[in-house]
Amino acid sequence: MADLTATYSRSDAEPRGAKPKRALSGRNIMIYGTLLVFSVYYLLPLWVMVMTSLKGMPEIRMGNIFAPPVEITFEPWVKAWSQACTGLNCDGLSRGFWNSVTILIPSVILSIAVASVNGYALTFWKFKGSDIFFTILIFGAFIPYQVMLYPIVILLREMGLYGSLWGLVLVHTIFGMPILTLLFRNYFSTIPEELFKAARVDGAGFWAIYAKILMPMSLPIFVVAIILQVTGIWNDFLFGVVYTKPDLYPMTVQLNNIVNSVQGVKEYNVNMAATLLTGLVPLFIYFISGKLFVRGIAAGAVKG
Amino acid sequence: MAKAQRANRMWRNMNAKIAAVPMILTTLVVFVGGTAWTVLYSFTDSKLLPRERWVGFDQYERLWSNSRWLTSIENLMVYGVLSLIFTISIGFLLAVAMDQKIRFEDSFRTIMLYPFALSFIVTGLVWQWILNPEFGIQSIVRGLGWESFTFNPLNNPDLVLYGLLIAGLWQGTGFVMCLMLAGLRGIDEDIWKAARVDGIPTWKTYLLIILPMMRPVFITTLVIVAAGIIKLYDLVVAQTSGGPGTASQVPAMYVYDYMFQAQNLGQGFAASSMMLLSVLIVLIPWAYLEFGGKKHG
Repeated sequence: MADLTATYSRSDAEPRGAKPKRALSGRNIMIYGTLLVFSVYYLLPLWVMVMTSLKGMPEIRMGNIFAPPVEITFEPWVKAWSQACTGLNCDGLSRGFWNSVTILIPSVILSIAVASVNGYALTFWKFKGSDIFFTILIFGAFIPYQVMLYPIVILLREMGLYGSLWGLVLVHTIFGMPILTLLFRNYFSTIPEELFKAARVDGAGFWAIYAKILMPMSLPIFVVAIILQVTGIWNDFLFGVVYTKPDLYPMTVQLNNIVNSVQGVKEYNVNMAATLLTGLVPLFIYFISGKLFVRGIAAGAVKG
Repeated sequence: MAKAQRANRMWRNMNAKIAAVPMILTTLVVFVGGTAWTVLYSFTDSKLLPRERWVGFDQYERLWSNSRWLTSIENLMVYGVLSLIFTISIGFLLAVAMDQKIRFEDSFRTIMLYPFALSFIVTGLVWQWILNPEFGIQSIVRGLGWESFTFNPLNNPDLVLYGLLIAGLWQGTGFVMCLMLAGLRGIDEDIWKAARVDGIPTWKTYLLIILPMMRPVFITTLVIVAAGIIKLYDLVVAQTSGGPGTASQVPAMYVYDYMFQAQNLGQGFAASSMMLLSVLIVLIPWAYLEFGGKKHG
């Protein structure tokens, strides 16, 4: 099992490469030049979003989207949050934000609970056929969602959950399962088996070992899973559109409805404030999590 | 592990089996059952509701004679090939640059990767704004004095895919860079030492030694990126809504529209089955190489 993330940081500490040369060698100019050019490409949209969202409409019509505002105004932010119209209603993006929050919390908790128990069972309590289920699960991560969209509509309708919050929570739990189970399984399999055996000898059962031994040992991987799920679920669009009703639409769906709505005069500053507002939660998670985020996304590339 | 529990296995493993019920249900009912159901019902003429009136390959014939579907497939192929080439080459290039013991590595990584944390909706809307002909890049360059400058990809059917590509690369290349960098860091230091002793220049070492050694990383990245491209949906919805006209339609959009808007479920099922088929074409050779090969050595 080649764990990409484990090797990622390993050689950071060791000296490597050629001896340090003059700071301004041709080689350095090329390397830093490339990195700087790409950094401009990556940073430009964030810059434009922030600048546009702080300008008034007259200034936008006159000026340059890259230029900083002459007169800073927070009006677009207020408007995006509380007055922007989607065609259905005009109470702003705040509705979508709170919808996303109410979808997010149970989805993150349920999906991680289920997947961590899966990973635990697949590592320490293998039963006949458990590896087959795991293989199907991993393949499931690659099946286009479109193939499963309608059967899930039927299942949810049968359960009376179609269009409800809990239906969407269930969908996020199902589709989060492959990657999260892989993440937990790979982490748990690095835990020495002796520990598990000792606990068994002491008479601890399935749940006791999970709750008292494994969970406290595995906090970092739970954090990685939370990062992965918060950003993933917050950014979801398709499931939100398909499985919820308009009054429960998550923030991404509402944002798209606000910006791409054909009625009314386009207020680009409000649109950019709304876009930025929607991006704030994943950006916040990203900036506070640092290398753990890298670890989470690399989990998908780990060969099981 | 199995030995220790063999005594009364049925009883002892009960809790583990109960705990695995959600996984078993998900794999069997949703992943296997749901997929099989959709493929099966793609052979019916289901309209508003699924019904068992079998029509053979009718839906597929209709699908492949629908110009909108053909455009979608063509778009996906063009976008997919370009996106694969560029994400992987840019990702690798940036990873190599990052691997040169540079200063501010963490800052550069943070800058390259933050777009990946953002949703495709946010990505699409920002780039829609930057590429806006009246206010964005085009108007700025014109404002600098080059009056005839034209850069309006989102309103030009021939260029709209490149507009999507700029946004897609912005979002995804940082992620590929991270995978590649992890691959580069995983390569044994002795190989670098040996190459240096033999006096092979760095660029040649990368090209002739490191690149072939990174094959597994490239293949994994290829599969992940390709599977993502086939699902491409949100970005198009946000950035172009499939337009101008049908110029930037993609299969996932076709499926959604037929299933949930046009009330023609059969078409939607047939189209999504084709999406599944295209994923299998990518996935099966990979799985064969990756897992089939292991058993032999």
